[in-house]
Amino acid sequence: MGRGRAPAGGGRRRGPQSRLNEANVILAKEIIGRYPKARSATIPLLHLSQQQNGYVTNDAIAHVAELVGATSAEVLGTATFYEMFKFEPVGKYLVNICGTMSCQLLGADDLMHHAEARLGVRAGGTTADGMFTLEHAECQAACTEAPNMQVNYRHCHRMTTAAFDQLIDDLAAGRLDGEIPPHGTLARIRQQIPADKAAGVAPPDAPVEPAWMLAPEATS
Amino acid sequence: MLGRGGAGFPAGTKWGLMPAGKYPRYLVVNGDESEPGTYKDRLLMERDPHQLVEGCLIAAYAAGLSQVFLYIRGEMPLAHERVAVALNDAYAAGYVGKNILGTNFSVDIVLHWGAGAYVVGEETALIESLEGKRGEPRLKPPFFPAAIGLYGQPTIVNNVETLSNLPWLLVNGAQAFTAIGTATSPGTRMVAVSGHVVRPGVYEIVNGTTTFRDLLYGDEFCQGIRDGNELKAFVPGGGSAPWFTPEQLDLPFEGKLVGAAGSMLGSGAIMVMDHTTDIPTAALTLTRFYAAESCGQCTPCREGGTWLERVLQRVVDGRGTHADLAQMMEIGESICPGAFPHAASERLGLAATPFPYKMTTICFVGPSAYAPVHSALTLFRDEFEAKIVERRHIPVSIEAVGAH
Repeated sequence: MGRGRAPAGGGRRRGPQSRLNEANVILAKEIIGRYPKARSATIPLLHLSQQQNGYVTNDAIAHVAELVGATSAEVLGTATFYEMFKFEPVGKYLVNICGTMSCQLLGADDLMHHAEARLGVRAGGTTADGMFTLEHAECQAACTEAPNMQVNYRHCHRMTTAAFDQLIDDLAAGRLDGEIPPHGTLARIRQQIPADKAAGVAPPDAPVEPAWMLAPEATS
Repeated sequence: MLGRGGAGFPAGTKWGLMPAGKYPRYLVVNGDESEPGTYKDRLLMERDPHQLVEGCLIAAYAAGLSQVFLYIRGEMPLAHERVAVALNDAYAAGYVGKNILGTNFSVDIVLHWGAGAYVVGEETALIESLEGKRGEPRLKPPFFPAAIGLYGQPTIVNNVETLSNLPWLLVNGAQAFTAIGTATSPGTRMVAVSGHVVRPGVYEIVNGTTTFRDLLYGDEFCQGIRDGNELKAFVPGGGSAPWFTPEQLDLPFEGKLVGAAGSMLGSGAIMVMDHTTDIPTAALTLTRFYAAESCGQCTPCREGGTWLERVLQRVVDGRGTHADLAQMMEIGESICPGAFPHAASERLGLAATPFPYKMTTICFVGPSAYAPVHSALTLFRDEFEAKIVERRHIPVSIEAVGAH
């Protein structure tokens, strides 16, 4: 980290606005409701805050803590354990170049050197226009397609330096907006559990033997 | 059916470890696949999410599990999306949720997101993470998750591939399953082969009988080493596994045989190095991975892993000494006291040291940082020595100081 420059403005808001907004609070409560204990929703809600703000702000940590019934310190402790949570602004596109074994064997070092030269930042840095943050990453589970990288966690397989340049050009020109959402947005499709179809949570303090174990029924 | 996560523990035995009459019980699906070289679970989630959902339901029904949490690695948004669609469809059709197909069987499957931490693939760390905490493994024994797991309740943690086998097993029966493979390793399994092979890929192979030679050189699999090169070494079971050389090519995918030969099948990931590979550098990429992924609880792993990485980096950079090589073995001894498993080598006149090893850490991250260093140093010591700076004399060349 360290060498990265914070993007100027660019819609990434600090301050009280970086608490979860109204729509996201509704979503957060729905997510919390799926777990027997609210604190289990900590990581999903941190992702939600990162989707809203691009990174995890102090206000968001305090807000998530309120929502899951933990202290801010507990939520911060959890958040800092996980690599995907960023605590300062990062580029619109997080470019992660894998350097673990199979990718290294097939040219990851060259790809990283090229990426540093092309973007004009070292690994860990953010370009001055706030578009790209370059990071060294570990195994991305696409080892047979090495060398591999991800942009906002979308896989790019069998990368070459030419393909890298093309990708950066396309991203900068907005040609991939439909495929790669800005940093913070993970899955664009969420699980929906309709209220009338939900089996409901199984609280640990309610020692109920499941009905089907007591009296199994044949399905039609 | 042996669990497909990496430890190869029999799945049925795991289910049977839950204390009778204690409810609720939970199922946690381990989709936090991050072992270097491995990516069968990502494909199963992306390409056949319905099969996984069916597997979850079968497990919940059979073992009386009241709620299912499907934990997917954070860096796999496509898998999230595909599984989310499959679950949304299943809820809409009445296959998941309340009174499934009009029966008294009711269970929710909750899709959960990880956020980037290798160690969370360890089942107790996965539970900690699911409770909203740092993903630090719990001490076990005495209590395994089947007895005291999520929220202190009996919990089954099964790998994605393990559960994905259940629909086929239920339809075709145990006999059909055990008819494939061998008595101790029945069925098929998925393996990912990457590195210097002609046709890298994820393949479904017959368990117990397929050999590494079949896989690396077979026409239906990887079709040999790239550019007609020679095979130098391969990692047989994910980045944590001690390495094999061409001498072990005829071993089948059978846990006991591979264990006796000094390695493990682990998560079904084979990484192949041809003769052009710089062995110390290759070992460094893996050691760096495990050093970075240490959760920090156990001193031998937290300190030992990073120390190993720094010393190895120095050697790779050509600034190492012979003392560094001995130092690395010594650091490894503090993580894994006693003999560490390694393959036999005819060239070096070495016999194999079989699995398992002893360890001073709670989980396998620490030993995994040492495994590549140990294998590389044991089987390819000459390559390390070639990088060592020989400091046999003091490098000064001062002329006789002024004569008065």
